Amino acid sequence: MAYDKFTVLTSTAVPLPIENVDTDQIIPARFLKATERKGFGDNLFRDWRYNSDDTPKKDFVLNNPIYSGKILVGGKNFGSGSSREHAAWAIYDYGFRCVVSSFFADIFKGNSLNIGLLPVTVSETFLDKIFKAIEADPKTEIEVNLPEQTITILATGDQESFDINGYKKHNMLNGFDDIDYLQSAKEDIKAFAEKSLY
Amino acid sequence: MSNATTLFDKVWDAHVVRHIDDGPDVLFIDRHFIHEVTSPVAFLGLEKRGIPVLYPQRTFATADHNTPTMHQDQPVKDPLSANQLAALSSNAAKWGISLWALGSPKNGIVHVVGPENGITQPGMTIVCGDSHTSTHGAFGCIAFGIGTSEVEMVLSSQCIMQPKPKKMRITINGKLGKGVLPKDVALYMISRITASGATGYFVEYAGEVFENMSMEGRMTVCNMSIEMGARGGMIAPDQTTFDYVNGKEKAPKGEAWDKALAYWKTLKTDEDAVFDKELHFDAADIEPQITYGTNPGLGTGITHQIPKASEVKDGEASYKKSLAYMDFEEGQPLIGKKIDYVFLGSCTNGRIEDFRAFASIVKGKKKADNITAWLVPGSHIVEEQIKAEGILDILNEAGFELRQPGCSACLAMNEDKIPAGKYAVSTSNRNFEGRQGPGARTLLASPYVAAAVAVTGVVTDPRELMTEGAMA
Repeated sequence: MAYDKFTVLTSTAVPLPIENVDTDQIIPARFLKATERKGFGDNLFRDWRYNSDDTPKKDFVLNNPIYSGKILVGGKNFGSGSSREHAAWAIYDYGFRCVVSSFFADIFKGNSLNIGLLPVTVSETFLDKIFKAIEADPKTEIEVNLPEQTITILATGDQESFDINGYKKHNMLNGFDDIDYLQSAKEDIKAFAEKSLY
Repeated sequence: MSNATTLFDKVWDAHVVRHIDDGPDVLFIDRHFIHEVTSPVAFLGLEKRGIPVLYPQRTFATADHNTPTMHQDQPVKDPLSANQLAALSSNAAKWGISLWALGSPKNGIVHVVGPENGITQPGMTIVCGDSHTSTHGAFGCIAFGIGTSEVEMVLSSQCIMQPKPKKMRITINGKLGKGVLPKDVALYMISRITASGATGYFVEYAGEVFENMSMEGRMTVCNMSIEMGARGGMIAPDQTTFDYVNGKEKAPKGEAWDKALAYWKTLKTDEDAVFDKELHFDAADIEPQITYGTNPGLGTGITHQIPKASEVKDGEASYKKSLAYMDFEEGQPLIGKKIDYVFLGSCTNGRIEDFRAFASIVKGKKKADNITAWLVPGSHIVEEQIKAEGILDILNEAGFELRQPGCSACLAMNEDKIPAGKYAVSTSNRNFEGRQGPGARTLLASPYVAAAVAVTGVVTDPRELMTEGAMA
């Protein structure tokens, strides 16, 4: 098993209502120098989170004690830019298990699914409802139900369904990853490679 | 039903090992490029699982993101950078993967050295743990960036698992105007469709503009595909492509060449093929471009003013945040803005044609006193060409120095960082907050614009410095 299984997650959420949050903001390039996958959460949103003298920026949401939880809610086009998986690692390492947005960049979405961080795409309208609900009450709980493929704002009962590829859903529910699958397909791969032009 | 297929379909379908219902395809990967930043954790993963590298001869390693651009003969100062470079070397040695390490005469940026050595060939599937892998689409390849888990996947199985993306075609006909380079074409398209406008799609670029473009220009355009959200971009291989590949060190020779060429000539979109989305632009509408915001979609023609928040497609809050970071105002003209740094280089514009274009503008002029210019070739081969063609002499006479190859200030993982608050005109691919150093402010532009800025010290329309008959 590659990562923790994901089934139903009920948690408060951290709002980040900014569009085009690129992976350079999630984890700046200068923190990509590790050769092991650990500790990236400390530098999650480093330049939005800390001043240049390493004191926390009071107005950034991760430094505001009224917000917490395992769900990060971002604006449209979340995770654009660099392919660095470190961005997904940093979010996961910080303690988030799910990211909600109305639109994800492709590579970020793929990277997240590969490491057990569930990206949930909702409509713009629903995203707005989540932001408003958290604004009204930071203790608002959100339920992300992967088997049912639903996301619910528990206080208001507002609910929406989300899409996920059936294969990826199976993997997330069971904590499997693609490498487990590919190892089982090796004979086919070798036969294919024999015929390759290149 | 028509059997007409697109270039993308032809290459993709030829690489499907297994299709999973309601799941991704198992896609065979012909070439895997790795570098020091996104590969160490993948190798660790292999070790933990006790799985070997399946086909080490299909993977090519080069050091680029962390490499210094001065004194490359000396030990790398930053211990973390040195550690990553050492990890790449030891992993390559352990698994028998070819490596162009720092100091190798073939070393350079991964997306520059692949094509210039003939590793990149038409019709291939190519992946790398770097989003600008889309560059190789210039050869009619399906090439895209992947995450570290996928690097591990490819090392262990030579395959990745991908759902087939949707298809978009962008057609641009007509003739490009004076002073308009492929980079301007890329920035223009991104500004028109936004930084997320092609998310979920693989893009084919078609029409006269791309047919008439050099291979290096095509690489620049395909390189920037990711900046409109596309997984990758591709251009059908043609005689220009074949001529470029022919004779390269790792290109097929003799009978193998003939066999490959016969196949490559079939790699084009059929006339009746259907795309999920089609866009058309007119070459005559494209002028030299420059960005003013903090994503590559926030750009405009160089003679224009910064648009009002109400005129842009990004949310107003994000737009205002972006202008605040840049310390720009809505409606402000860009021409005449004082600049501190000029960066020529990166996998977007670190090729020989980019240096030729830059030199054609600065020839006979002097570097502006307020400008610090970092001119960084994409590879040692480019560096040698710069010297052999007399470009270095032109640069030196104008007061510029040439640095050594690497990714450099594009993402500032080495020592080349633009200081906080300073303005840089960069030929690289990203103007994200802090991309070129914490607090750095980046304006993306072509090598012509970079050269015009380098000699005037302010944002300048390069057409004003181009004499008739100069390279257009």
